[in-house]
Amino acid sequence: MALSAIPAPPTLSSRPTVPVAAAANRTSTAPAIEVEHLVRKFDDFTAVNDVSFAVAPGEVFGFLGPNGAGKSTTIKMLCTLLKPTSGTARIDGHDVVKDPSGVRNSIGIIFQDYSLDDRITAEENLRFHCMIYHVPRSIRAERIAQVLAMVDLTDRAKDRVRTFSGGMKRRLEIARGLLHHPSVLFLDEPTVGLDPQTRQNIWEHINELRVQHGITVFMTTHYMDEAEYCDRIAIMDHAQLIALDTPAQLKASLGGDRIRLRTEDNEAALDILGSRYGQEALIEGDTVVFTVANGGEFAPELLRTFPLPVRSVEIIQPTLNDVFLQITGREIRDEGADKRDKLRSQLQRRGNRGA
Amino acid sequence: MASTTTTTTTTPTFTTAIPAEPERPRGQPIRLGPIDFGAIAMLCQRDLTRFWRERAQLYGSLARTVVWLFLLGTGLRGAVTLPGDVSYLSFIFPGMLAMAIIFTSLQSAISIIFDREFGFLKEIMVAPIPRTSVVIGKALAGGLIATVQGCIIFIFAPFVGVSLQPLNVLAAIGVMLVLGVGLTGLGLTISARMTSFEGFGTVNNFVVLPLYFLSGAQFPVHNVPDWMRVIIHLNPLYYGVELLRGLLIGLWNRSGWIDFGVLVAFMIITLSAATWSFTRQE
Repeated sequence: MALSAIPAPPTLSSRPTVPVAAAANRTSTAPAIEVEHLVRKFDDFTAVNDVSFAVAPGEVFGFLGPNGAGKSTTIKMLCTLLKPTSGTARIDGHDVVKDPSGVRNSIGIIFQDYSLDDRITAEENLRFHCMIYHVPRSIRAERIAQVLAMVDLTDRAKDRVRTFSGGMKRRLEIARGLLHHPSVLFLDEPTVGLDPQTRQNIWEHINELRVQHGITVFMTTHYMDEAEYCDRIAIMDHAQLIALDTPAQLKASLGGDRIRLRTEDNEAALDILGSRYGQEALIEGDTVVFTVANGGEFAPELLRTFPLPVRSVEIIQPTLNDVFLQITGREIRDEGADKRDKLRSQLQRRGNRGA
Repeated sequence: MASTTTTTTTTPTFTTAIPAEPERPRGQPIRLGPIDFGAIAMLCQRDLTRFWRERAQLYGSLARTVVWLFLLGTGLRGAVTLPGDVSYLSFIFPGMLAMAIIFTSLQSAISIIFDREFGFLKEIMVAPIPRTSVVIGKALAGGLIATVQGCIIFIFAPFVGVSLQPLNVLAAIGVMLVLGVGLTGLGLTISARMTSFEGFGTVNNFVVLPLYFLSGAQFPVHNVPDWMRVIIHLNPLYYGVELLRGLLIGLWNRSGWIDFGVLVAFMIITLSAATWSFTRQE
């Protein structure tokens, strides 16, 4: 499994609180993405409120947050599709407002929705991309063959895209995004609606790019397990950046393991945990949840002394989902996807099945 | 945030995993001001490829011509008085070319709504190409497809008693192209900010049909009420019909160069308006 090639996050000493937005770049090279006090307003509504961060060259940077948090608006500004109300953003040294052409030359984008022309062939889609990104005619054929081989679509080069499955379309889009050798690749929810096998493949490709070409990857995702592959993660909520760190560091900031306790009377258990054990617990469905430094030691002690009948107890190592829950107060999946989103994912699923 | 003020290590570096920055050869765009030839070639090739793959619309165009020319034309023949000894069918023949152009061009322009809905427009909008070139490429593609559709109508010429002269046919093809590009520009201006397919029918009913009926393609303009004559003279399509009629059946009302000048001006205006309309949405 090629994913093992992802370098393990460096070990860092744990810190008590989740560090906020102050991550500046400390490598010697200039940042691939540099965002300073970015703001975007739509009339009275502020979609992005004073967001600052920097991404190092070659980094895989994950952008998490519920729908409506401002992720897509931020990506649109970074890709020059939307002008910031104030603040600056530079991609590969090019200012998104002053030099949009320079930015467009340096980036590759894989949008959340497919942006292929499905009436023409895979190869034609790639050739047309070469034409608008000014890939010299003499190297077009070679480049197209290279990227097609990379995403395992060489055999389907002459087939029309409408006959492709969802995963194949996604791979073709990734190939297209790389055709002009961008230095920064933006991926907006690249694996939404795809099956686990395809998601895995796409991650292998992304990792390969980083390792072989040193491409900086900036991506948004809903899948917390995918976020684990990122070098660093920024969490956005209510138009602001509320956390930014490595996955390991973010998890360490939660301060230990989660205990999921099921009892006959969860309300009473909640009170007892508070008064007798000094634990601040909350109820999630039919389970009482709280965090302790060392779950393995705490659980036997709890079972021995707890006054109520216990149905089950579970010790859970923290995940990024917990981090998200902790700092935003809700699950990332509970975002109440609007109708359009639901429809879209249904359509995508249907498309995948059909092909 | 200056990089020197940060005290904690927040950016893991992967210098060992990354080989030396690979060479990124990028071609130089072939460009003349805001006119990017690569982008224009791409947009034309794409639309022509799609047009060729979906030839069914050609049959639609042929069917429309047969209906209008032979059914409507034959029915109205007695009701319309024409100057000179021109037959009604040959009188409306240039109008049939104009009809093919207007239907096809506006349809091409409106296809941009589909491109937006199915995502391909984003691929074009984030590419490093000037908006002017996007508009020119799309309009030229629309104009070329419309001209191809228009040329097919020439096969009906022998049936309506129009004898084609090679030089005049060449000139007519040029006129169709200018008219087609101009009308696609008009369609792009309208659809640049349109996001729903419902707009499609609206454009057909409020733009295509009035433009067509007020162009003098179906009836001569010498005996219409004054108010209508004014509107007809403001309709750019009228000058296209007049010019085609002069070239193909020798019926001239004024110098063809005036007609041609109006068509070129119309094209420049609609292309500028479409560019403005595309740039404004950012």
